[in-house]
Amino acid sequence: MYRYDEFDERFVRERVAQFRDQVARRLDGSITEDEFKPLRLKNGVYLQLHAYMLRIAIPYGTLSSKQLRQLALIGERYDRGYGHFTTRQNLQFNWPKLRDVPEILDLLADVEMHCIQTSGNCIRNVTADHFAGVAQDEIEDPRPTAELIRQWSSLHPEFDYLPRKFKIAVTGAEHDRAVIKAHDIGLRLRRHPDTHEVSYEVSVGGGLGRTPMIGKVVRDYLPKDDLLAFLEAIMRVYNLEGRRDNKYKARVKILVHEIGVEEFRRRVEEEFARLDGPSVNADPAEVARIAAYFKAPDYEALPAISRVLEATKAANPAFARWVEVNTIPHKAPGYAALTISLKPVGEAPGDATSDQMRLVADLAEQYSQAEIRVTHAQNLVLPYVRQRDLFAIWQRLGEAGLASANIGLITDIISCPGLDYCALATARSIPIAQAIQHRFADDNRQKAIGELNIKISGCINACGHHHVGHIGILGLEKRGIESYQITLGGDATENAAIGEILGPGLAAEDVPDAIERIVNVYLSERAEGESFIENVRRIGLAPFKAAFQEVAHAVA
Amino acid sequence: MAAAPKRVPLPAILLANDLLDGDVVFAVAGANGQLAWTRDPALALVASNDPAAESLEAFAAAEIAGNRVVDAYLVDVTMETGQPVPRHFRERFKTLGPSNRPDLGKQAGDGIDAGQRA
Ligand code: HEM
Ligand code: SF4
Repeated sequence: MYRYDEFDERFVRERVAQFRDQVARRLDGSITEDEFKPLRLKNGVYLQLHAYMLRIAIPYGTLSSKQLRQLALIGERYDRGYGHFTTRQNLQFNWPKLRDVPEILDLLADVEMHCIQTSGNCIRNVTADHFAGVAQDEIEDPRPTAELIRQWSSLHPEFDYLPRKFKIAVTGAEHDRAVIKAHDIGLRLRRHPDTHEVSYEVSVGGGLGRTPMIGKVVRDYLPKDDLLAFLEAIMRVYNLEGRRDNKYKARVKILVHEIGVEEFRRRVEEEFARLDGPSVNADPAEVARIAAYFKAPDYEALPAISRVLEATKAANPAFARWVEVNTIPHKAPGYAALTISLKPVGEAPGDATSDQMRLVADLAEQYSQAEIRVTHAQNLVLPYVRQRDLFAIWQRLGEAGLASANIGLITDIISCPGLDYCALATARSIPIAQAIQHRFADDNRQKAIGELNIKISGCINACGHHHVGHIGILGLEKRGIESYQITLGGDATENAAIGEILGPGLAAEDVPDAIERIVNVYLSERAEGESFIENVRRIGLAPFKAAFQEVAHAVA
Repeated sequence: MAAAPKRVPLPAILLANDLLDGDVVFAVAGANGQLAWTRDPALALVASNDPAAESLEAFAAAEIAGNRVVDAYLVDVTMETGQPVPRHFRERFKTLGPSNRPDLGKQAGDGIDAGQRA
């Protein structure tokens, strides 16, 4: 894992001291809320509905056991004993007191963590494929790239006051698990077909929120060495021409949309040609230094299939099912990457108690090189598990209520906090997720339905990624009550697509019925081996719309 | 006619977040007849006419300027069994806590001591 150098350490400590002073000045009245707000936001402190909220950066979703234990401690000592993992691979605490935040930041700094770049109009915490370094379909680990961007962007004065927030995601695999097309910049490591050199495909102008857009490719094969200069060129074009007059039109996606991708590409290439590449691009020695931190662990030489695992699976169908649903094949023979579901039926998606965090930290230490990943789907991953250890892990997770076998299934719902916490929300989202989970709780039924991503946001800001859910649910207000708009056909992967609205908004209690109708259309129409989203793509929206309308009419 | 200040319909209560803690607080009539803050929504002072609402607004402005609270605003309420309940669901949640966690927030008595609970 990446370790801070002296410079990182000093930078983070200085920020904590600075913020401690800013809080003191706020409390003694020397600065007003208007002056303080941008400062607290720069340190991840928001004001939500019931309390402050602290958003902690988990760079590219990678955590050590020690860090996760520290988060558990903070949750217990300064919050209410739990935290919320978000779609941006961050962790949010929902109840910190402003007076305690400097202490919390100190505790974070002790384990090389902070809240910088979790808010404000800067380049935000860079996200990456949660199976980085272990997925079989990976060309190269995306995290050295993400770390390089983190270092470059953290200290870049030119990009500290952008027109709007800016989000970058990186994947090194064929299959996109990092939703790169819904980011301001999405990077995909790929091999050039002729030279076989690893390079970047660069997409710009993706984003969700009130004007959802899928990112467009501006460079097919960018040589790796040119990364920072090319990013700098993009940022310059955006910083100069992005709209600052209207917050809703300020994201780079609007600029790309307004001038067109060809023109945007032309301006970027022009700026790129003008830049002094060597002075901007990272020193190869530094790139190598960073990459070394992400070197694969020393794997044991193991047979591809563990006999111990096969025997325990045969003896225990529930365990076998969990292994089938929650693990993926690993680069290293005899290993597995395990996803721990934070979606037990009836709990808030992405919430974990301090005790659960400690358990996962312990398991990671014992079985997974003391490393954990946070996924954008609000789950946790143990990336380096020996297949033969899976049974012991499963048993201990089961005792803590963390052994749900539902990764990628209908109850593995992404949900933002919605109106249960968020001051911007127009409706609740967590109770909708819970109601759907209850409806589809039966394991066999979930398995029969197969892969189906439901994503829920409590307002048009789309923090819950509803636009790219196979089924998306958006909470709105209609005539003084909560109302839910349902979209179909969204996709967060390399086939990225924005879902289409099925019909009028529904009351909360009608949402599970509507979902059930949609699922039933799929079950009756699907071809052999066809997944939900493939089915929607093949047969189109009409049959689903018709089924949906029956619910909408029944309640209208 | 003087332009009436833009304001929510009455009756209304004043709520805010405590600057230090972030907790939701409500304006209440203090012992000496002056306004103060309480964490108990049941005790919130209900303004039913313009002068009462104006005094809540003046209190809000002074308390924001005095760095004791943030995000102070009036909320229109109805009276249910003698207690003010916000008309809008957003503010109802704000006076209760997360609906998925009845063990947290004001619904669980957070920050409301027994003596104050009336
Ligand atoms: C205090 C709580 C939060 C506030 C104030 C907030 C605010 C916002 C706003 C204003 C946008 C729209 C940006 C735009 O359209 O330009 C947005 C988008 C987004 N937020 Fe949040 N958010 C909050 C919590 C969260 C949480 C909990 C998550 C993760 C679960 C999250 C992840 C995202 C994502 C993924 C997007 C959409 C992607 C994009 O930027 O286009 N946010 N948020
Ligand atoms: S989508 Fe809306 S309700 Fe949900 S967290 Fe984002 S801003 Fe809040």
